[in-house]
Amino acid sequence: MSELASVERPPPPARTWNRQRIVGTVLIGIWAALGLGLIAFLALSWNQELFERYAPNYLSGLIVTIQLVTISIALGALLSAPIAYARMSKNRLLAWPAYAYVYFFRGTPLLAQAFLIYYGLGSFRPQLEALGLWTFFREAWYCAILAFTLNTAAYQAEILRGAVESVPRGQWEGAASLGLHKLRTFREIILPQAMIVALRPYGNEIILMIKASAIVAIITVYDLMGETRRAYSRTFDFQTYLWAALIYLMIVEALRHAIEWIERRIIKHLKR
Amino acid sequence: MNDYMTLLSFGAQGWGDEIASGMAVTVSLALATLPLGLAAGFVIALAKQSAEPSLRLAANIYTTIFRGLPELLTLFLVFYGAQLGLQRVVALFSPGANIEINAFVAGMVALGVVFSSYASEVFLSAFRAIPAGQYEGGYAIGLSKRQTMRLVILPQLVRISLPGLSNLWLILLKDTALVSVIGLSDIIRQAGIAARVTNQAFLFFGVACLLYLVLALISSVAFTAIERRTHRAELAR
Repeated sequence: MSELASVERPPPPARTWNRQRIVGTVLIGIWAALGLGLIAFLALSWNQELFERYAPNYLSGLIVTIQLVTISIALGALLSAPIAYARMSKNRLLAWPAYAYVYFFRGTPLLAQAFLIYYGLGSFRPQLEALGLWTFFREAWYCAILAFTLNTAAYQAEILRGAVESVPRGQWEGAASLGLHKLRTFREIILPQAMIVALRPYGNEIILMIKASAIVAIITVYDLMGETRRAYSRTFDFQTYLWAALIYLMIVEALRHAIEWIERRIIKHLKR
Repeated sequence: MNDYMTLLSFGAQGWGDEIASGMAVTVSLALATLPLGLAAGFVIALAKQSAEPSLRLAANIYTTIFRGLPELLTLFLVFYGAQLGLQRVVALFSPGANIEINAFVAGMVALGVVFSSYASEVFLSAFRAIPAGQYEGGYAIGLSKRQTMRLVILPQLVRISLPGLSNLWLILLKDTALVSVIGLSDIIRQAGIAARVTNQAFLFFGVACLLYLVLALISSVAFTAIERRTHRAELAR
């Protein structure tokens, strides 16, 4: 056996310039040229006055974007728990409305939902005024938060449901045989295991929300995209859009890496 | 109630025909984007699973960019960027010429690149689910590389990637709503015009939402039928 182990292996084949390598190198060259072109374009069209005028706007837009996403993700998480519960319930009176809710908000564009709330509810102005809710629905900002919260609640409910259902039934039964209360079982046994499954989908949902938040610019909220559109409409300078693209790309990439880092940490005990 | 029926009727009084034409635009945009996105996504998936590192890197840069940008921003970058770029190029030959990019084409390209970057991930995981023995078996019975891909791998690839692709199709349908912003008369834009003229915003945007739901419903029926077809080969054994 030891003879076999010391057999000399042939050297790895030399990397030749085959077609794949040529195509790959050309493509990398194109990306590099585009990247350098972008840097050159931004450097050449650098305008101190423009920067001083619009950089604060971009910053406040970025803050608005982050606020919108944070608030609606948090409120959506609160709202998603009862929806997921109803969706998993055996009672049809609970399960059906929850299913309809999820189907509606996942099946229609977020833009249409935002329009329905911001412009659509304006049709009921007298009724809303009578209820004293008009001050809420008059503001595009509140309407945006409401639309985003309702939308992300539907997606998060599905994530939560999928994660809870992925925990084997034996875990429930084991806890019951130990005499644990159902609520306590859920909190201390099911939820920690479900969260490991749910982490990646939750992370993706946050990234999707950041990307989707750009549409609030259309209903006159000045988030990062709204400020970009305003700057472009005043200057007709294309670099306004390029800066926005760079900022969005940086946020999403940073978030993606952060989620991967968290995931590596919390599944450490599962790796052998 | 009768007023609503008149508003939605097909005719001079109603907005039914306008909204129907908007629906046609939405559907044709999505259908036109699909083959483009699928083809590009397939090629990118091939590049991502190639043994050549430079090819993998190039493909990964593409997906990182287009999965990281908001779809709306991608649309604006294509719409305004291509317009400016083409104008510069044309100005070299005939100064003073004014170029306008067709909003439909811009929408197709923007949605196509987004779709393809997500589709490449679906195809890639489907490629990984097909064991190497399938390729080896193909070569062993004397099929060429191309024949193996077409006759052995592709049919399995379609079957495995179908659920992921049907999801992407539904996302694509919803993303078409964004083209209303660059002036294409899709469902949302037509509903918006009707809402402004008649002052019945809730009615028309509600109808728009319902139409998207109908499209999603039709799509899921179609996908169930296709899925059953692709699984027929499995059952026949």
